[in-house]
Amino acid sequence: MTALTLTNVNKSFGEVHVLKDINIEVEEGEFVVFVGPSGCGKSTLLRVIAGLEDATSGEVHIGGDLVNNTPPSKRGIAMVFQSYALYPHLNVFKNMSLALKQEKQSKAVINERVAKASKMLNLEDYLERYPSELSGGQRQRVAIGRAIVREPKLFLFDEPLSNLDAALRMNTRLEIANLHDTLAASMIYVTHDQTEAMTLADKIVVLRDGRVEQIGSPMELYNNPVNQFVAGFLGSPAMNFMPAGFVSEGDPRTIGVRPEDLRLQDDGGLSATVQHVEHLGGDTNVIAEAKGTQITARLFGQHAINQGQTVTLGYAPERAYYFDKEGHRV
Amino acid sequence: MNKARTNPFNNIAMHGALILYTLIALFPVFVILINSFKTRKAIFREPLALPDADSFSLIGYQTVLKQGDFFLYFQNSLIVTVASLFFVLLFGAMAAFALAEYRFKGNTLMGLYLALGIMIPIRIGTVAILEMMVATGLVNTLWALILVYTAQGLPLAVFILSEFMRQVSDDLKNAARVDGLSEYAIFFRLVLPLVRPAMATVAVFNMIPIWNDLWFPLILAPAEETKTLTLGSQVFIGQFVTDWNAVLSALSMAILPVLVLYVIFSRQLIRGLTSGAVK
Ligand SMILES: Nc1ncnc2c1ncn2[C@@H]1O[C@H](COP(=O)(O)OP(=O)(O)O)[C@@H](O)[C@H]1O
Ligand SMILES: [Mg+2]
Repeated sequence: MTALTLTNVNKSFGEVHVLKDINIEVEEGEFVVFVGPSGCGKSTLLRVIAGLEDATSGEVHIGGDLVNNTPPSKRGIAMVFQSYALYPHLNVFKNMSLALKQEKQSKAVINERVAKASKMLNLEDYLERYPSELSGGQRQRVAIGRAIVREPKLFLFDEPLSNLDAALRMNTRLEIANLHDTLAASMIYVTHDQTEAMTLADKIVVLRDGRVEQIGSPMELYNNPVNQFVAGFLGSPAMNFMPAGFVSEGDPRTIGVRPEDLRLQDDGGLSATVQHVEHLGGDTNVIAEAKGTQITARLFGQHAINQGQTVTLGYAPERAYYFDKEGHRV
Repeated sequence: MNKARTNPFNNIAMHGALILYTLIALFPVFVILINSFKTRKAIFREPLALPDADSFSLIGYQTVLKQGDFFLYFQNSLIVTVASLFFVLLFGAMAAFALAEYRFKGNTLMGLYLALGIMIPIRIGTVAILEMMVATGLVNTLWALILVYTAQGLPLAVFILSEFMRQVSDDLKNAARVDGLSEYAIFFRLVLPLVRPAMATVAVFNMIPIWNDLWFPLILAPAEETKTLTLGSQVFIGQFVTDWNAVLSALSMAILPVLVLYVIFSRQLIRGLTSGAVK
């Protein structure tokens, strides 16, 4: 069964058309990541799924039921917000149990579910604390715990890691991945960070300006982007784009080559001036300029390359992507 | 803690300024209080002297307590003030929540309309109000005063509270919606506690003018059984002779309830401010 089906969903705020004809399916137990630049409508889409905004048109089905007119609390979803959104005047236990209380669950059930969730998230020692007495990472875990105790059909995460520092982000990302394995629940995760998308997702939905650009598994999107936007958005460092005229005279298309597919090659045909070198130990990132276009090459291992030096880069022709004027893959 | 704040010189200067201001502000109150305990002669001979064995007298308080129904006036004032504040805060907060939270046609216009009262004094409409009160038979009831004061307080309350409610995080309200709280529960259990400092501010702003008002009690409810304290005290102020003992005693007693209310509200105010600061 599908956990979520969106059919031709549109959303406008007055004149502003934010979501345009969104069609997405999320299978049971699947971890789906919505990814796209800031302001592309990810949060709005999530709020439409949660029922916090009404879709202007289109249908939202959760677990097979049409929920367009169902209030958020009856949709069988739980949401984790970017700003945690913990109730400041309630302690951790009450924050986690409020929804169950509203559902009129018995004390025994409430205690059991909170105990289970707080054990899973290492929050057992903090149940009596107030949100203001917790660190950022702990608050985030409480927010996740608040979602878990409801045992929802569908989890919604809105950029849950963006307020954490880098180290904590990595840990929490792993925790969320583990959580998905443990609970075997359907999850939708919104982020603008392609690394999070690539590492967590079973399926990625790439959004731009309120439109779905492409849907697929991380590797499908990485190896087979339908257009220049998707190609440039996924992967880090981002794919290099240059006029195809660089290598074959008169070609109007754009060539895309991933930084890791570029290599130092004396007969490579791409001669560039090194502007900057990032020595990462395992890799070396070379940022160079060729005929006014910036090109990044990611070389394996350590290389003694200096700023200002001229290098010749090449790539295997089958690793190149071609895009037409509108940015479509050709 | 911030270094500038612990610097002893700054500390002394700051406290000095505050103490000076407090002394100036409290001086008239102090004069009223000491004189309320003196004989009439002593009040005029040495208005700034403390009462001593010779000049001490409770004659003012005795007059006040004997004259008219002073406790009834007291009670009326208290009922009117507390009820008006209650309605101002309740309706003001509800309107503010609607304006801050919901998108509907004419939202901005409605907000402007509700704020209009800040600029137009309600007393301009006294005649119309009196006519309405006569028509509805509310003249000489406490309801007349409560309604007028509620109307008088609402514009500023809506204005201040809606500004504060806009600052309550949307995620928080949405989290509550997902958790199954009704809009009423979100309003009463989540948003109101978070804007408590603003509520206290509004209450303090409204309380004093209502308590001290002479205009509307005189016009709308001058009957003996609905007289407020301010109106009741007027009997001691004559065109030719004023019973200063009684006036000062009445004033001294009138300060007390306001003081109590103020202490209640200002504690909320300070608690709200500090809890916001550490979050
Ligand atoms: N309540 C609203 N009223 C008007 N415009 C809105 C509202 N919420 C979001 N938008 C607009 O919708 C677009 C998408 O916003 P959002 O979904 O928050 O983007 P994202 O989460 O992808 O960064 C933005 O351009 C934003 O200005
Ligand atoms: Mg967002």
